[in-house]
Amino acid sequence: MMSLIIILGVVLILGILYMIFRVGNLVSIAKGGVVDEKSSTANKVNAALFIVFMVGSLGLFFWYSFSHFHEYTLPVASVHGKHTDNLFWITMWVTVIAFVIISIVMFVFIYQYQYKEGRKAKYFPDNHYLELAWTIIPAIVLAVLIFTGLRAWNDITSPASKDAEVIELVAQQFAWTARYPGVKDKELGKVSYKLIDNFGNEFGLDLSDKHSFDDFKSLELHLPVDQEILLKIRAKDVLHSVFLPHFRVKMDAVPGMPTQFKFKATKTTQEMRDELGNPNFNYELACTEICGRGHFSMKMPVVVESQEAYERWKASQEAWLKQNPGYLDKVPAALKEAAMIQAGMQKDPGATVAEVKQ
Amino acid sequence: MATTDIHLHQDVHHHDDHEDHEHHEGNFWTTYIFSQDHKVIAKQFLITGIFWALLGGTLSVIFRLQLGFPDMNLDWLKPVLGGWITPEGKLDPEFYLALVTMHGTIMVFFVLTAGLSGTFSNFLIPLQIGARDMASGFMNMLSYWFFFLSSVIMFISLFLETGPAGGGWTIYPPLSALPQAIKGSGLGMTMWLVAMVFFIVSSLLGSINYITTVINMRTKGMSFTRMPLTIWAFFFTAIIGILSFPVLFAAALLLVFDRSFGTSFYLSDIYIGGEALAHEGGSPILFQHLFWFLGHPEVYIVLLPALGLSSEIIATNSRKPIFGYKAMIGSMLFIAILSFIVWAHHMFVTGMNPFLGSIFMLLTLIIAVPSAVKIFNYVTTLWKGNIHFTPGMLFSIGLVSFFLTGGITGIFLGNSAIDIQLHDTYFVVAHFHLVMGSASFFGMMAGVYHWFPKFFGRMVNPTLGYIHFWLTFVGVYMVFFPMHYIGIAGFPRRYYSWTNFETFSGFADLNMLVSVAAIVTLSAQFIFLFNFFYSMFRGRLAPANPWESTTLEWTTPRNPGHGNWVGEIPSVYRWPYDYSKPGAKEDYIPQNIPYSETPESNLPHENELIKLETLNGDGSIVVEGSKH
Repeated sequence: MMSLIIILGVVLILGILYMIFRVGNLVSIAKGGVVDEKSSTANKVNAALFIVFMVGSLGLFFWYSFSHFHEYTLPVASVHGKHTDNLFWITMWVTVIAFVIISIVMFVFIYQYQYKEGRKAKYFPDNHYLELAWTIIPAIVLAVLIFTGLRAWNDITSPASKDAEVIELVAQQFAWTARYPGVKDKELGKVSYKLIDNFGNEFGLDLSDKHSFDDFKSLELHLPVDQEILLKIRAKDVLHSVFLPHFRVKMDAVPGMPTQFKFKATKTTQEMRDELGNPNFNYELACTEICGRGHFSMKMPVVVESQEAYERWKASQEAWLKQNPGYLDKVPAALKEAAMIQAGMQKDPGATVAEVKQ
Repeated sequence: MATTDIHLHQDVHHHDDHEDHEHHEGNFWTTYIFSQDHKVIAKQFLITGIFWALLGGTLSVIFRLQLGFPDMNLDWLKPVLGGWITPEGKLDPEFYLALVTMHGTIMVFFVLTAGLSGTFSNFLIPLQIGARDMASGFMNMLSYWFFFLSSVIMFISLFLETGPAGGGWTIYPPLSALPQAIKGSGLGMTMWLVAMVFFIVSSLLGSINYITTVINMRTKGMSFTRMPLTIWAFFFTAIIGILSFPVLFAAALLLVFDRSFGTSFYLSDIYIGGEALAHEGGSPILFQHLFWFLGHPEVYIVLLPALGLSSEIIATNSRKPIFGYKAMIGSMLFIAILSFIVWAHHMFVTGMNPFLGSIFMLLTLIIAVPSAVKIFNYVTTLWKGNIHFTPGMLFSIGLVSFFLTGGITGIFLGNSAIDIQLHDTYFVVAHFHLVMGSASFFGMMAGVYHWFPKFFGRMVNPTLGYIHFWLTFVGVYMVFFPMHYIGIAGFPRRYYSWTNFETFSGFADLNMLVSVAAIVTLSAQFIFLFNFFYSMFRGRLAPANPWESTTLEWTTPRNPGHGNWVGEIPSVYRWPYDYSKPGAKEDYIPQNIPYSETPESNLPHENELIKLETLNGDGSIVVEGSKH
């Protein structure tokens, strides 16, 4: 019933609009049609509206940009992020100045040179100096922007230092998993997608590689502050993309092609909470490459902590092998004892002796 | 049918003997459906394009409802969307992705490529260069019907139980290759690929025709440097299309192989749905390279015709020659060339070699220079003009404004260091919707309003045109400008909802504003629709040259028949922008007026040309009605 009334209402309104349109048409015909459209009021109204539009929209633009600045800018918490943010704002100033000047000039011309009876437009087909000027000036400005951008890009993409903290991020529909190299050998073990199974080996860990024994899994991404971090990124099924908005980090996760991104976090979670005055603040990792139904929910919590706290956290984590002892069968017999020791399933006799001696 | 065809071709080659062919009447089928007349084909493209634009716009409003009003109960959409509305009255997340995908596909290919280029290249090329029809009317007809076939297939895919393609309009594999990954990659994706193959065929048939016609069929005196900028734009567009669409074809074909025949072009090391797939050695990045090798030129395939149309309209309605005619051609040429070597700026953070990133950043920012030149030239054309705000002119001004606003954000995104943060956020959405989507859409609208008198022999209602313009102009800005802020805040695109993230928990207000603006903007298009169809039948009869324009199409009869000109095709003696020439009686001199008839306004070097006009039979002045 309600929808019927709505439909009737819509039909009625459309009917009235149509009648107004018809009456308007008839009136204009009765008046003798349009004699000279150019000098009609419509032309003046349109010209004036462009000025109203220009003033209104530029006003809104500046008002919102300044008054809501803290809502749309994310705090930055990485070294290179500060740099790219600077570039962003430099580019912003350069382009906004150009944008405002060109807009004002254009809309003022539009208003100023609206049709006037008896005036003739200026025959001005070209002017090489002008054209040269506005080819060269943008070219120079852009060259400067390119140059600064290139330098930043080369820094960001240069190889990571040897002592960078390596962490592997594995993407799958629709979750992130991190793999840490473990505290004993500090190296990630080999993986192969063919070894992935449904029973626990979600990384496809190759247990014939001795580096894999102490690797551990985490569903939270823990990062040390002020230390170079190298994220090794891979995907199991489709494309995903690692996005750490506060660290200005983004890199796709590609099945069959491991990618990486190096950066240095500058603020711990706690520091950021204090800075923002928000005790509930948390860093987050999001997926930014469309990956299917759950794309929008593919989140990983991120914790940045002091280097000591980070080391303590790492030491407290159980090796993956310890959590999945069934996979000991896959370890070659010769390495089995080393595996038990590395995974923390059995005390290292040698180490105990050494500790006692100390 | 065949006889008419042959006669027509004779016509084209011998301008002189034509009389009896102009008024041949076909039956309904040959005149309106399987027509070979470029004007009818153009209208077919236009009407189909309008249909797709409405559908594409409606899809966007549906997903904007989800984004702007996440708590809204959408049960009332059940009669239309059926099972895609969950029992809780929400939009299904997978269908959301399908909506986004189809919106992009429809708008980019079916509206702004076929609807824009197909309509105006077909309509204006023969009319403005002085030809009776396209080089091959038959190929031209095929071009439309392949497009139609493609449209039908794409349309049917909307009604599949598993939904249409849902992996984004860029259809990146492996998502688009694996039906296990998303439902839309099943039959929906297959139909998407088949439809696109037909689309590519259509586009190539069209482009070959446009190029051939422009090169071979210009009328007497219509040298390349006397061609209107519209024709230059269509010419470059067709060349770009011919060079880039086959690459998309190759990309799609390899994807078909991967999907259906077990090859591994794009797939490698995949574990999905509890099993490791056998594919090894492929690269998803390869697809991205191939896709964007078309995808980036595609931006200019969409944009250049719009720029061409608006150049013409702005010059006509400013009553001034377009400023820097040669610079405009040069910048279009430069853009056309550069458009092929910037594609990887879409891939800065895909894991591509960073050195490649540097190169592509350099090339990308270079392309900003010719674009800037175009904007400056438009503004200078307005300077000291005598501007007449027809609806076409309003939309052209809108285009320049969008091109500026959206183009400027390209400088951020082309900078790879800045792009790290902005990539795949709403900043990108704002950028390309303004610079490519809205600018081109406004170019198309400008074209429809400006050439409506030639299309249908009647005038549109200007007042409704003004209302349509202002609602759409302000509406588009209200939709896309706020997205810059949302993007700077890091909001990723193609998200069904942001509430899972604290970081992206704000901006409910802006998102609501965007959605409301989108609904208003879409509603405003119905004013246009009414105006369009009403004026087609009941509009005021159009005068021969309603905008007092210089180009050849306005020398044809009010409703030109197949063959365009009754009698001889006019010859061309001057460039198309003799507006407000000092000394001239009127403020425009059509291209077909010889210099010998305008001694009062000729420039010194033009007086020299008078001799050539009278020198020999071929170049002689053709006085109307006379035969030789």
